This record gives sequence, C-alpha cells and structure tokens, in this order.
Amino acid sequence: MSARDLLLKGGRVIDPSTGIDKVGDVLLRNGKIESAGEKISAPDSAEVIDCSGLVVSPGFIDVHCHLREPGREDVETIATGARAAAAGGLTAVCAMPNTDPVTDNQAAVGFVLKQGRAADAARVYPIGAISIGQKGERLAEFGEMVGAGAVAVSDDGKPVVSSQLMRTALEYARAFNIPVADHCEDPTLADGGQMNEGIVSARLGLRGIPNEAEEIMAIRDILLARRTGGHVHLCHMSTKGSVELIRWGKDRGIRVTAEACPHHLSLTEDAVEGYDTHAKMNPPLRTMADVEALREAVRDGTIDVLATDHAPHHYDEKARAFADAPNGIVGLETCLAVNITWLVKPGILSLAVLIDKMSCAPAKLFGLPGGTFARGAIGDVTVFDPTREWRVDPAAFLTKGRNTPYTGQTLTGRAVATVVAGRVVFRAN
Amino acid sequence: MTSPLGKDLLGLERLTAEQITLILDTAEPLKEISERAIKKVPTLRGATIVNLFFEASTRTRISFEFAEKRMSADTVNVATAGSSVTKGETLVDTARNLEAMKIDMVVIRHGSSGAAQFLADRIESNVINAGDGTHEHPTQGLLDLLTLRQRWGTLKGKKVCICGDVLHSRVARSNIWGLQKMGAQVAVCGPRSLLPNAISDMGVTVFDRIEPAIEWADALNVLRLQLERMQAGYIPSLREYNRVFGVTSERLKRAREDILILHPGPMNRGVEIDSDVADGPHSVILDQVTNGVAVRMAVLYLLSGNSPRLAEAAAGGT
Amino acid sequence: MSPSQSVVLTARALERTLSRMADEIVEQNDGTDGLILVGIQRRGVQVAQRLAAVIATREGVEVPRGALDITLYRDDLQTVGPRPVVGRTEIPLTIDGMNVVIVDDVLFTGRTVRAALNELADFGRPSRVRLAVVIDRGGRELPIQPDVVGKHVEAERGDRVDVFVQEIDGRDEVILDTGKRA
Repeated sequence: MSARDLLLKGGRVIDPSTGIDKVGDVLLRNGKIESAGEKISAPDSAEVIDCSGLVVSPGFIDVHCHLREPGREDVETIATGARAAAAGGLTAVCAMPNTDPVTDNQAAVGFVLKQGRAADAARVYPIGAISIGQKGERLAEFGEMVGAGAVAVSDDGKPVVSSQLMRTALEYARAFNIPVADHCEDPTLADGGQMNEGIVSARLGLRGIPNEAEEIMAIRDILLARRTGGHVHLCHMSTKGSVELIRWGKDRGIRVTAEACPHHLSLTEDAVEGYDTHAKMNPPLRTMADVEALREAVRDGTIDVLATDHAPHHYDEKARAFADAPNGIVGLETCLAVNITWLVKPGILSLAVLIDKMSCAPAKLFGLPGGTFARGAIGDVTVFDPTREWRVDPAAFLTKGRNTPYTGQTLTGRAVATVVAGRVVFRAN
Repeated sequence: MTSPLGKDLLGLERLTAEQITLILDTAEPLKEISERAIKKVPTLRGATIVNLFFEASTRTRISFEFAEKRMSADTVNVATAGSSVTKGETLVDTARNLEAMKIDMVVIRHGSSGAAQFLADRIESNVINAGDGTHEHPTQGLLDLLTLRQRWGTLKGKKVCICGDVLHSRVARSNIWGLQKMGAQVAVCGPRSLLPNAISDMGVTVFDRIEPAIEWADALNVLRLQLERMQAGYIPSLREYNRVFGVTSERLKRAREDILILHPGPMNRGVEIDSDVADGPHSVILDQVTNGVAVRMAVLYLLSGNSPRLAEAAAGGT
Repeated sequence: MSPSQSVVLTARALERTLSRMADEIVEQNDGTDGLILVGIQRRGVQVAQRLAAVIATREGVEVPRGALDITLYRDDLQTVGPRPVVGRTEIPLTIDGMNVVIVDDVLFTGRTVRAALNELADFGRPSRVRLAVVIDRGGRELPIQPDVVGKHVEAERGDRVDVFVQEIDGRDEVILDTGKRA
C-alpha cells in the first residue's frame, strides 16, 4: 500500500467499464481508485505524474503467459516475468501451469503466488492444471487450488485429449466459477507439425498443422460447454474457422469466450520463410485470410480478450534446425505495441476497444480485481503513449527471453508508467 | 568476387533459369574427366571439403566424394547419426567447429528441413545441400535436369510427371522448381495422402491415377517409396501401392514410345517400379548416376569462385 | 580501327603463315606418322583445324586432332572470380607414344602452355610434345619456347595481340593494340 496519494494528471482517461473517455486526472489513494476523469487539485503530499498527451487506462491484464518457474529458471523466473510484464504496461498476468513440476495442487499454486508477491512488479495469478501432471488422466484438485489463489484451470501446452475428461472439467469447474482455459489441438492431426499447413509448408518441406487441428477441438469443447453449462475459454485462437465456430457458440448463448494473441493478428506463415525459428509457434502463424478473420473477430467481440502467450526460451534452444526448435515467442513487452501497430493504427480497433480487450474483459472473464476505474477498485493503472515509436531490441528486454519475431521492427505505442495498487512499478525513461 | 551462384547451393527454388543453365553447361564438359586414364584435374587442389552426413546415405555421399576427388580437393567424411533431440545442438556446435578448422566447403545431408540454410547462415564456407529433411536435394534435381536435357536437347515444353511420395520427397521439390524454371510442364501422381495438400499451388498438374499420368508424360521421375510410410499409415500396403501406383511394363504400354524413366534411387523393385522397367530401354537411371558426378563437380567448381578465403587471396594478388 | 591498333597479319598473310607453319610441323615430325594436333580452346582449336587442312592438301593425310580446355588447370583460378566458363576437352585417341603438337593462337607468359602440358600428361605419355603458335609476343614467365612460330611481335606488357578467325570472329586477321601504353 502506498502511503502517498498518486495523481496521474492531465492524461486522456479511458475506461470502457465505466464509459469514461476524457482528458482529466486519476487519483489513487490507499492503493485504490479514488477518482477518475475529473480535474482534481492534488493534495500537496501527492506524487504527481504528468500524463499530458498520454492515455491513462485500467491496468492491462494478460490471461495467458508462461513464466517457466519452477523448473526453467534459466529461461524465466516469476520475478523477471513480472518485471517484463510491468515494462510492457501489464499490471497483472496469469501464469500457465505447465512448469516443472506442474502447478497442479494448492502448494504449487501458493508457490507461484508467493514468488509473484516477492517480485513486486505486475501481479501474478496462478492458473492450475486441469489434470494431474497435465497428463490428461485424472482431474486436479480445482477446489483446493482455487482456495489457494488459482484463477482458472488449464492444461495449456497440451490439449485435453479425452472428451470425457474435458466434460468433467467443465462440469466440476462450475462449483468454483472459474473458466477452463482450453488449448485446442487435435494431437493426431497436429502430430509432428512444424508450421501452418499450406503452400509455405509444402515449399519448405515442413510438416504442416492444418486449421482443423484447432477447429475440431474448438467445436468439441464449445459443444461440451453447451452440454455442461461450464465456461470454456479458448486460448490463442488462430483460424478463420475457429472464429466462425465461436460466433456460432456465442449466438446460441453457450458460455464460450476466446482470446487471440498479437502475433496471430500481425504475422502470417510467410514469417517462417528462411526457417526463422522465431516464427515457430503453436498454434502456428496462419494465412492472411485467417489474420483478417481474427482482426474482424476482435473488432466485433467474437474474440473477447487479447493475451500474449508469452513463451520465453533460452537463446540457443531457438538456434537450432527448425524442427528441433521449441515453439513460442516472448510477448509481454511487445503486446501493447503490436496491438496498437496492427489493430489501432489501421483503424480496426479504437483505443477504448483495445483497452477493453486488454483490461476490462480479462478481469471480468477471469473474475480478477481491476479492469475498471470504478471508485474503490484496486489501483492498477497503465499509462501509455499510443503514438510513441520505438525499435524492438531484444537485448533491452527485461524478460530473460530474446525470442521475438519483431526484432529491429519499429512499432508504435509504449507503456510510460505501470501502477500496481497505487504504486509505480514501472516508469519509462 | 561473387560467384554467379552466390555462396551456397541450398535449393533450386532460389536459382534462376540462367544459373541452372550455367551449372548444366559447366557439367557437360566435366563428364569427359571421368573417362580419362587419370580421372583428376587439379582445380580444387588445396581446398578442404567436409562431407557432413547426419543421415545415412551411400549413393549421394559417394557421388560427392568422387566429384571432390576428381577435382583434387581434400575431403573429410563425417557421419553423425544423432537422435532427433541432440541433432540441433550438434548442428550449431558442428558449425562452430568447422569454422574454427578453416575449411572451404561443407556438403551437408541432414534430416531436418532448413538444416543446410541453418549452417550456411552461420559459417563463411560454401555450403552445398546434399538433402535437408523433406525440403530440397538440389544436386539430385540438377542431375535429373542434365539427364533429360541430354536426351531432349531442351526441357522447354516437355512434360515430366513426378510419381509417388511427393509429400516427403526433397527430390520432388528440387525437380518441381528446376523443371518449371527450365520451361517444362510438371505433374505429380500418387495417393493424395502422399501429396502436399497445397500441391496445386506449386503450379503442377495432379494425377490421381498413374495410367493417365503415363499417357501424358514425356518422362516419369519415379520416387522411392519409403517403407516407413506404410508403417505410419499413409498407405495400406506396399503390395497395394504397386498394384495401384506402380510403374509396370504393362502400364508403360500406354506411354509414348520414347518415354524416359528416371529414379533417384535406391529403388524398391516391385514396389514403385518394376524391374523390367528399371532395367528396360526407357530407363535412364544409370545416366543419372554418371551425370551426378559431373553435376557435383560443376557445383564445386562454380561455388569455389566465391570462397571467402579465395576471395581474400584474390584481393591480395595481382 | 582506333589509332592505337595496327594490323600484324592480314587475312592473306595469315593464310601464308599457316601454310608455312604446317610445312614446318610436318618437316620437324619427319612426316605425318604418329602426329596429332591438339588445339587449346578456343582459337587454338580453329588454328589446329586450319593447319590440319593444309597438311591434308599437301600430304593427302587426315592428321588426327584434339582439343584441350585448360581452364581447370589454370594456376590463377584462386585469384579470378567468377569462375571462367569451362570448354570441351576431346582427345580422340590414346596419345601414348604419339608426337603431339600443341597449337595455340598467341604465346605470351607460357602459363597456358604449362597448363596444357599438365593436362596432356593426364591422358598418357606422348613420345614427343612440340608447340606451334601463330604469334609469339614475348614476355615469358615460364621456361617455355615454341617450336613453330607464325610471327614474332614486339609487344609490351599491357598490349593486346588478338588473332581473329573466321569460324569465331567472322574474319581472319591479327591485330596489335597498344592503347594501354603510357
């Protein structure tokens, strides 16, 4: 808790949850939102940040990242991940449970929370595993994990192969009112796949992953959500077909929500050209038709949230032949800029919708505090410059990962200050 | 000092028709060297070439080795059979080691698509792709082109059908690009489970059955069917494959009289090709082997013009 | 023709020169037995063909001919790039015990002839090898001398001496170009 009041002065205050969009001030007191939008004469004791020309919004929340601790602290720790998140303008992140050991019990959940608090940067919310050891066999103890602080369950990184297990997970999760975050991938269709199946994979001689590998499991789990009344949250959606299936589900009132990631909204399979392992991810980068469908889906609300799927790897793990390199890229420090560059600048999303997808909606769907400037809400705020251009230099990242496909690109939009519980945890130079 | 081919030979997709023609034109006169009493020219004297084979290969390695020795290069063979997990690590370490040993050229065969490029991006030496995963096998494509050009004089307007497991074949990809650039019409024929889904986007005609393909073609390039494909469930059995897709003398009766039959080897006689076809009058399979050495000599000669160490010497010379 | 160029041999003069060279070759060889003319690619091949035609008229014998492309034997390959085009080498019969006459258009440093001698040795062991050139322009860098010379030309290092032949150039002529002299 901050002893001093914090006044964010003269910025464009945008909070879709309360409908605010005007130039004004945001005052935080005792770590909570005191007022937002109105011009406030600050108490003398207040710390003041001049936000003129900047946007002040409820803190961004990433519902999907991999922080590698425990198990691969050489690649990322919860502390480095939380600091990278803050540098990217995120006030909270949800850590996927595919660590070593897997976060599949209350003690493991407690460990993640404890490390997150110690990091003293962005908040870290644990996601527990659906199945013990993510083996897809026996349900993990959702109740105990939620009791310890887990905000959702997921076997992310691996699909839940058994339809019956997924059904049970959706049913059982209802008691705790948590989403089941779903990694959609038919393992037989995706088996050995290295990239999107199409002309590029045919040319490069890389085994393809067809769109259907994602879509088959997406519709299976939408149907299971209908059957069970559970909340299925479809992770990192990448295909045009998936978008249509989600729309189909939402039209019928099924409890399906979905996320998309910056890379799937900005890059296509062409990025793999030259066997660039920084373009290797799962789900793979798809075609322009898929990218366009996803952008439209973000715009029209079919896609609810923008997440990162931040997946750091050791540099020499990516310095391998394509088939031998691991999937994934880092995203915490580039997500805001990529989203602004490819969604806001071209006019697909307004800043208000962007903020909704990065803050309000994630908070609402995952039942997290924040995502609003309502009086008394937690004092998590992101201050960013939507027009600032910067060149991506992985060496300057706070994450330990350097694996990004955006190296050397000039992006627009950058976090200027990140405020958690009324305290500034990141401030750009 | 840029070679007209650049530093490396990684695939035919990136070459122009002019570059391919240059290689074929250079290979033609080099064939004579293998007919001499002393089958050796001093061209690459003092050049060090490493044949880096991460996958077992007898034919390609021997062909490269003959080509290198007939050009008087010093060659070292490295055969590494690594597990798929350690492959990548081995590759980057191998690249560093090779660089430290000041070698001039590397011929690489690797099970991963893109491995040759991976190496080429990391070392100054010339890199020749001797087959990378299911991507390309450019010298095989070139020797196929040379074999056909010798028979036909030109490849323009000729119809070539690549038969069999195109999905997993680096030979197929190199052939498709090479033939198309040289003006030939290319078709593929095989069970759809062994063709890339996006195959028609590569500018080729697709035949679902072998009979019309044989009627259409001026030449068939019959690919080897790996036994593993049956085990992986792409086709029900080798026997059925032969009955439905095999190139048999009975089926060849539908073909034009002067049809040519190519096969990159090693052959599965009685599976994708019958013995009487492989050994018959239409077969140019042994020409392919002979041409393989000449084409590889040509590639070594042309790329050696771009060795950075040679370029340094040139800068210092008169 | 630019002022720096001068005609060394006209078409008629070249014809006379080649006739005399052919006679000398037969004379030195004491007839045509065991004789083979090996031209160095490219214009040496044409010159050898002309010489063989003269010999055929005078002696009524078709002297066997071969062609050598010495590109792969050049001693300057390490310092030139891109790679020079490789021409055809054709030695139609075994040269063991034969009297080989290497034929070229211009003799300068001797390096081409050195390469040709090395290449020839890979085909067998002739009993004797002679050298016939249309123009000897001096400037040797190796201990190599011709046995039959069409004409000596006083040329400086930077000068060009070009033998033009009908088959390749559309005309017969020898030109000295001194344009690079200071």
